[in-house]
Amino acid sequence: MANENNPQGERENYLNKHYGVWSWLLTTDHKRIALLYLLSVTFFFFIGGFFALLIRLELLTPAGDLVQADTYNKLFTMHGMVMVFFFLIPVVPAVLGNFLVPIMIGAKDLAFPRINLLSWYLYIVAGLLITHCMLTGGVDTGWTFYTPFSTAYTNTKIIEAGLAAFVAGFSSIFTGLNFIVTIHRMRAPGMTWSRLPLFVWAHYATSIIQILGTPVVAITIVLVAAERLFHLGIFDPKLGGDPLLFQHLFWFYSHPAVYIMILPSMGIISEIIACFTRKRIFGYNFVALSSIAIAVLGFLVWAHHMFVAGISVYAALIFSFLTYFVGVPSAIKVFNWTATLYKGSIRYEAPMLYAFGFLGLFTIGGLTGLFLACLGINVHVTDTYFVVAHFHYIMVGGVLMAYLGGIHFWWPKISGKMYPEGWARLGALIVFIGFNLTFFPQFILGYVGMPRRYYQYPPEFQVLNVLSTAGSTVLGIGYLLPMLYLLWSMRYGKPAPDNPWNAAGLEWKISSPPTTFNFEEEPVVTWEAYNYEELDTPQKEEVPVGR
Amino acid sequence: MADSTTMAAPTEGHNPALLHHFAEPQQQRDAASLGMWIFLATEVMFFGGLFCAYLIYRLKYFGEFAAASQQLSVKLGGTNTVVLICSSLTVVLAVWAVQHAKRTLLLGSLVATIILGFCFLGIKAVEYREKFEKHHVPGPSFQFANVPVPGHPDLMANPYHAQMYFSLYFVMTGLHALHMIIGIGFFAWLLWAAYKGRFTPEYYTPLEMGGLYWHFVDIVWIYLFPLLYLIDLRK
Repeated sequence: MANENNPQGERENYLNKHYGVWSWLLTTDHKRIALLYLLSVTFFFFIGGFFALLIRLELLTPAGDLVQADTYNKLFTMHGMVMVFFFLIPVVPAVLGNFLVPIMIGAKDLAFPRINLLSWYLYIVAGLLITHCMLTGGVDTGWTFYTPFSTAYTNTKIIEAGLAAFVAGFSSIFTGLNFIVTIHRMRAPGMTWSRLPLFVWAHYATSIIQILGTPVVAITIVLVAAERLFHLGIFDPKLGGDPLLFQHLFWFYSHPAVYIMILPSMGIISEIIACFTRKRIFGYNFVALSSIAIAVLGFLVWAHHMFVAGISVYAALIFSFLTYFVGVPSAIKVFNWTATLYKGSIRYEAPMLYAFGFLGLFTIGGLTGLFLACLGINVHVTDTYFVVAHFHYIMVGGVLMAYLGGIHFWWPKISGKMYPEGWARLGALIVFIGFNLTFFPQFILGYVGMPRRYYQYPPEFQVLNVLSTAGSTVLGIGYLLPMLYLLWSMRYGKPAPDNPWNAAGLEWKISSPPTTFNFEEEPVVTWEAYNYEELDTPQKEEVPVGR
Repeated sequence: MADSTTMAAPTEGHNPALLHHFAEPQQQRDAASLGMWIFLATEVMFFGGLFCAYLIYRLKYFGEFAAASQQLSVKLGGTNTVVLICSSLTVVLAVWAVQHAKRTLLLGSLVATIILGFCFLGIKAVEYREKFEKHHVPGPSFQFANVPVPGHPDLMANPYHAQMYFSLYFVMTGLHALHMIIGIGFFAWLLWAAYKGRFTPEYYTPLEMGGLYWHFVDIVWIYLFPLLYLIDLRK
């Protein structure tokens, strides 16, 4: 099936079929839109990373010497806003999900290709707004926009930043809507729900959160903007409003938003682990349904961000209990992945190294999440670096590790070229070391009492802060490296065969890179997901599909 | 299907409205309809945040909400409710007309829908104007002095809390009116497309989707009307 060598020119594919700027800017091909997203989220990742680096540089010394206090406030605010709304939320669904979900279910495109393009344009409009906002002064409230500071006191560009988040939110809603309809209506014959790759299940669960959660933060932003513009008092206690209501509405979306980030990453990990252990994922049904369970339970725990904000003790107790409950489906996933490793034929290619990194870091992030779910510990470490370290273990250690693993895993499919394996393994190692060096000291810092969002600190915290800053430099190199060699490979890399990993899944049965319509004939699925036992049985000839 | 062109390349006998990535018209219609329902679910959550804020403050400041609510005209609000229900009827008529290929009825119903939509907005504008004149628009010029809480003649309403009612009133009805304007725009496009003969009994998905949207906006008003106008009507 593989024509790895094609001496006479390249085969026609989605990349070389049309040329020119407009063939990209007006494309409705989900694969090209995925690449547009890849470029834009990478851009914002480096913007957000730049802010992070400045934060770490300021914290190198106990005195506030590099930037002033209000500049520092703006730095961590813009770091949070850019990373959350413009990188972490779109990164996996809009790049890898966009590229792979239709192919994995045997469809030619998403159900609404033009809405898919619209969602990218909305993202770009939001990106321009936030860039303008950054260049003209930024925002200093923290990415959480807490009222009444954001509505009645600060003089920074709340409305513009809010509008950017609002528009980015609709971009995210349209992606989710597209995925749900596509997964329901566009599956190829034989692609039943129980045969769906877990990546698709994860995206389905993510989409549910996107369509149900995002509108709530949108209306919250509208209320904040209206309050600022027209001096209403909806969230201002001086005028009879209630700031707690803002926090409830905000976290109703912004807690599930964490699952928008992590769920698709978990989907990536399932694919990678199955491929590089040559096994069907242990407990497929449990892993699939635990994604849905996380999506549902994720909506019931938001007030654990508000334990010290003045909610009632009884409400806090219930939210604490429910927060523990979210640990159950997450643990189901981790245990099942680990069980898949057992007696697998494990190969240590770069994607698998990232997956191993994910397993360890996500577990640490998840377990410290349980510490924080506990009311007593939560009150003790609220607003300290312990919290910062915890959510970075999930968002950076989890999401970014999985995303990088996924990019490497599917790079041959996306670009048609192999990445340099040696460099990639080195990169994975550097990211892992850099990450732990950056964020592990922050657990200790937080536990001994260093508060977050302060630009100076007592000298006894310096050693750990220096370690953290040093780690962030290593981490920065770890992120630059893949960008460089992946770009290099697009030109100089070895041409990729159709199925370089000998992996299961429809995306590996079509050419690398795929043609515009993915499949030349509608595929018919007659096998279960992750049928690696069959794939690795030599006498059985693989049935080519769609080619 | 041949992959020689990126544009829709329908083979012979296919409906020209069938997009290239769908296998059959039924699949395309199902996808559109599911997509619209999901979009409406996001709209429910969007308005849901507002209704939540409304309910919390109404529980907290019931007396002021009742006093402020009595400043609205039930007559105008009620008329608007009737106008919207009639417009939903004309939308249904339009869908029925296209299913039975009755062109005049189709065009007439669409025109009637648009006119009723404008009627609603006109009446809403009259109500807004009245609020401006009575200084009931939240902000520095807001006035709500010496208005007793209904049922408690000695208890004066707290102007801040009454302002909360009007803040929510304007945000909720304003957002609803914005949805009406978008709906009218969409129906103007539908009218144009129907006039051009785009819709047939086999293909009228946009009309059906527009109808779903219009009914949704109606339903929002069906909830807004009692919540905002009919609090504690005893005089």
